[in-house]
Amino acid sequence: MTITREATTRQRGYDDLPRLMSLMTGDEKHSHAATSTLDVLWVLYDRVLDVSPQTLDDPARDRFYLSKGHGPMAYYAVLAAKGFLDEDLLLGWASYDSPLGYHPDRNLVPGVEISSGSLGHGLPLAVGSALGLRAQGLDSRVVVLVGDAELDEGSNHEAIELAGALRLDNLTVVVVDNRSATYNEPGQIAPRFAHEGWHTLTADGRDHAALEVALKERTPDHPSVVVAEVEEKYS
Amino acid sequence: MRDPRATFAQTAAQLVEEDLSVALVYAEISGQYFGDVERRHPDRVVNVGIREQLLVSVGAGLALTGMRPIVHTFGSFLVERAFEQLKLGFGHQDVGGVLVGAAGSFDIAAGGRTHQAPGDVPLIDTLPGFRIHVPGHADEVEQLLRAAVAGDGRDYVRVVSQQNDEAFPVRPGHFHVVRRGTQATVLAVGPTLTPVLDAVAGLDVTVLYASTVRPFDAQTLRGVVGTPDVVLVEPYLAGSSARFVDDALLDVPHRLLSLGVRDPELRRYGTADEHIAAHGLDATGLRASITRFLGDAHRAA
Repeated sequence: MTITREATTRQRGYDDLPRLMSLMTGDEKHSHAATSTLDVLWVLYDRVLDVSPQTLDDPARDRFYLSKGHGPMAYYAVLAAKGFLDEDLLLGWASYDSPLGYHPDRNLVPGVEISSGSLGHGLPLAVGSALGLRAQGLDSRVVVLVGDAELDEGSNHEAIELAGALRLDNLTVVVVDNRSATYNEPGQIAPRFAHEGWHTLTADGRDHAALEVALKERTPDHPSVVVAEVEEKYS
Repeated sequence: MRDPRATFAQTAAQLVEEDLSVALVYAEISGQYFGDVERRHPDRVVNVGIREQLLVSVGAGLALTGMRPIVHTFGSFLVERAFEQLKLGFGHQDVGGVLVGAAGSFDIAAGGRTHQAPGDVPLIDTLPGFRIHVPGHADEVEQLLRAAVAGDGRDYVRVVSQQNDEAFPVRPGHFHVVRRGTQATVLAVGPTLTPVLDAVAGLDVTVLYASTVRPFDAQTLRGVVGTPDVVLVEPYLAGSSARFVDDALLDVPHRLLSLGVRDPELRRYGTADEHIAAHGLDATGLRASITRFLGDAHRAA
């Protein structure tokens, strides 16, 4: 299997994402716009994370862990737009010879930091990586994207507790909240983190300026959570 | 004779002192040994509390940043409880780490099934690329841990209280030929060697010893096999290495007797020695099984 690491020269923007996603899924404009993670992913890679195709192996790069590995088309589209992978690869999405599957694999896709798909693994991994960066004296940060329903997994709560106790201020969790958890109660995500000593913010998950401000914020001695609210999945 | 778990802990602490890339992650278990090194290196010695899923994922997350994690708790919680974290955190991410599971199948006999992990080795066997070490002596624990941490792959080290009378130099990937005979070949894994040697006293058999079972040293087994009868003695689930023996002797019609834990739900308490005997892994039980097997061979001939 050949992986193309060539960055395309033309600068791509947010408006290119629907076209890039269509290469994988066909012409489904409405579902593209509704992809819950799309705006958070774009803001992270466009405005927040200190990582590029040229710094993929830099120990001091920022890390992004897509814990919610489901529906990664928006992720692949953003990585393609930012030059981490060649957009031609999007055409073969989920085929036998494609490195791009329904759940991303860090060993197949340049720029993908963790292989995910089974829920509840990204945040615990991120706690370990935040500890690793701190132990090595690196000031870079780890940002993890989880879904609100993914927080059902108990493994997240082991991680939330320890990250607060160890004051991992280089760790940020962004919860894309489309109220898809079966037993969701509006407004109850941030307090769960706050109880364990996290700095909490809530932002409109479609508002790029608001997301940028929230995602750039770091508070000494406290990990951060940004609850990015988007439209309800089943509304 | 040193205690294997205390030896592991002492060696792990030394490795943290010696190498800035080494991190030790544990989940309360063995904390009595780690106080000093944790105070000296709080960034690289982390007690995650009673959170075994997190324990394994934190180890993998450290590895993702280039560190060499030693991840430790009882084998029952490290491998069985947190198995998906092992599968995805280390195997699927394809990062290295040294996992050290304590207590094995019998150490906490009085604790019952919850604290016994005879299935740890076969579970690890379902994951790609793991080296599996079963030291039979505290001195081997130290050597194997040092060798594992010096590498960059995935290692599982099974540390238990039961020990052989003497240690062998550690040579991962190479079995020791302990004695030679002309009949069956008995492969003793880890702390089963001393009871195996007692059991085969007076029998004309070859005895091999393995403190590392993955990679499996098919070449040595193949080289010493006389009559094509093999006895495999493992201190965990019986037959865990059977397919490796079969692969080694693929073109040789052979017989294989696999000894080990046959009934993980023994539903007994008591001592480790009582459990070892109950599974037929003491010298008396082993001799009975081996002589019966050899007798069957003679009758068949």
